[in-house]
Amino acid sequence: MSDKSVLTGTWFMNGDHACCEGALAAGCRFFAGYPITPATEVAERMSRRLPELGGIYIQMEDELASMAAILGASWGGVKAMTSTSGPGFSLMMENIGLGICTETPCVVCNVQRAGPSTGLPTLVAQGDMMQARWGSHGHYEIIALSPSSPQEMFDFTIRAFNLSEQYRLPVIILADEVVGHMNERVVIPPAGEIEVVKRRKPTAPPGEYRPYQPDADGVAPMAGCGEGYRIHVTGLTHDERGYPGMNAATQEQMMERLIRKIRANRDSIIRTENVFLDDAEVVVVAYGISARSARHAVQEARAKGIRAGLIKLETVWPFPEELIRSVASRVRALVMPEINAGQMVLEMERCAGGACPVRMVAHHGGALIPPAKVLDAVRKALKGRP
Amino acid sequence: MKIRKPSKEPPVHPKDSLLRVERIPHIWCPGCGIGTVFGAVMGAIQKSGCDLDRLAMVSGIGCTGRMAGYIRLDSFHTTHGRAIPFATGLKLARPETKVLVVSGDGDLLAIGGNHFIHAARRNIDLTVICVNNLNYGMTGGQQAPSTPFGARTPTSVAGSPEEPFNFCHLAAACGAVYVARWTALHIRLLTNAITEAMQKRGFSFLEVLTPCPSSFGRRNKMGSALDTLKFYHDRSVIRNGIDPRDALLDYDNQIVVGRFVDIERPTFTDNYEAVNLRHAMPSPEPERPQGRRKP
Repeated sequence: MSDKSVLTGTWFMNGDHACCEGALAAGCRFFAGYPITPATEVAERMSRRLPELGGIYIQMEDELASMAAILGASWGGVKAMTSTSGPGFSLMMENIGLGICTETPCVVCNVQRAGPSTGLPTLVAQGDMMQARWGSHGHYEIIALSPSSPQEMFDFTIRAFNLSEQYRLPVIILADEVVGHMNERVVIPPAGEIEVVKRRKPTAPPGEYRPYQPDADGVAPMAGCGEGYRIHVTGLTHDERGYPGMNAATQEQMMERLIRKIRANRDSIIRTENVFLDDAEVVVVAYGISARSARHAVQEARAKGIRAGLIKLETVWPFPEELIRSVASRVRALVMPEINAGQMVLEMERCAGGACPVRMVAHHGGALIPPAKVLDAVRKALKGRP
Repeated sequence: MKIRKPSKEPPVHPKDSLLRVERIPHIWCPGCGIGTVFGAVMGAIQKSGCDLDRLAMVSGIGCTGRMAGYIRLDSFHTTHGRAIPFATGLKLARPETKVLVVSGDGDLLAIGGNHFIHAARRNIDLTVICVNNLNYGMTGGQQAPSTPFGARTPTSVAGSPEEPFNFCHLAAACGAVYVARWTALHIRLLTNAITEAMQKRGFSFLEVLTPCPSSFGRRNKMGSALDTLKFYHDRSVIRNGIDPRDALLDYDNQIVVGRFVDIERPTFTDNYEAVNLRHAMPSPEPERPQGRRKP
């Protein structure tokens, strides 16, 4: 078949466009969005590409509607996504919660810019890391990936769809303005080489099927609208039938399931790239665009004979607790550069648990963290200087 | 004459096949009009004869929102105000499914007002039924965008200082292809109207005035639910086909009900397919200059 959904080849494209191509390669055929800098290019490309693939692009009246629409489309059986930046991400929070509670697969790409409020619309930041984790009300588990290049925008968007289909929840891509807008080489493999996961469908007949009865992996098979199951889907606390149960017992049962399906599968969800960890005395932990500054700094450190290592977080949520805990117990210090005043570093400190000092390289946004600053932090960490 | 023994089987109501009977009793108060509207919706569904596996109900939050939990269809009880955008995604992803949206006045036209106007403008193929009980029933009867000027609610104890707005006029102005208003008293007309609305392609809208004796009625000395229905009976005037801007809800004098709009207009999907087909067609050969060739 002439598969226009996978543009196999080597391209020079920006991260936002690569995100769009990743989504299409993963089978996304519905996009609802609202223009916002610096994520607009995802929507623009979707608006051109989806009609030619028989998909739907709809520009909604706001981000509340965009998020609601992709949940509806997902229950209609179509892989769906939206993209946004900080202000829109804030508006999506309520319906991200609906997606978590109703276990609805979909993908939200947040191309981060500096905040709070309107902030610096055209300039980089990584300030929404905790919002992605806790931004919707109530307690829940989430999956978030953080790409650091246009190639990773492509690759991670495919993975985001696969994770969302496998574990039935909204998966967040935490990109940023620089990753979204920079142009780099993006290699798109042939369609046959791309792993695409689809939600598991029920095998039980209507009448016997329990929409929220999990299988062994903790995830329930998902029947969609119009498949004869007459499902009921609600954001109220619900039992295995999907029916509301306004009591602590139902709440406990539902929460246990929502939490367990992520926590029990952490090993297959969490991915990190570990560089020079074996003999490292100081390890830089970084994600997204800041991981590139970190990599540069670690390479420079090695050239100068400093035994530095790098952990690049591909999955930022769930946080790789075990890895950080074990590394903290055998290094002299951990360093984290991030374009905020300290968010993921709090997780590092929690996991390090005092086993080694944790040093932050903070930046309030609007520019990248220069590698020299990271290297300086590595040096100071080794000397034990504040 | 032989008297038949009562059956041990529980009695079956003609609408039971459409109900999640295991979820009954429902949460609605005695005298509430939502059950009446729900009955009319089920009646219309049965009358329409449509394939129940190709029919879905989407609701937001509030008393009316609970309808989606009782109907044995693919049913979605979403977030406050967001039933329409959720339904938009569902409908566009699964165009063969007929999608009903049921919503209260606050859910649909306060918190959800922006979605309402844009879905009507786009002419998304949805049937939207608004149960208007003049207040926020679920939270205890607070003032809503439908609350009459001067009416008492827990958040307007001295009387509402705001003018309500005319939902039917709004829907029509935004491009709805079918607009009607009935009360919970007009069961037959309402059922017919829902059937008609379901048969329309495009954004169809029905407003149904209902009693809320527990909250609104009690605070505004409207008596029992029956008294409210009698109030609607005495004041309702059927005026089919009038301009919806003239379909006033003047509770002191008359309540205009009827079918106000019934037009045809391309839906979002019609237009989406048409423009993208046009865009995808190869552009014609560029015209060559006629007449003398340049040297």
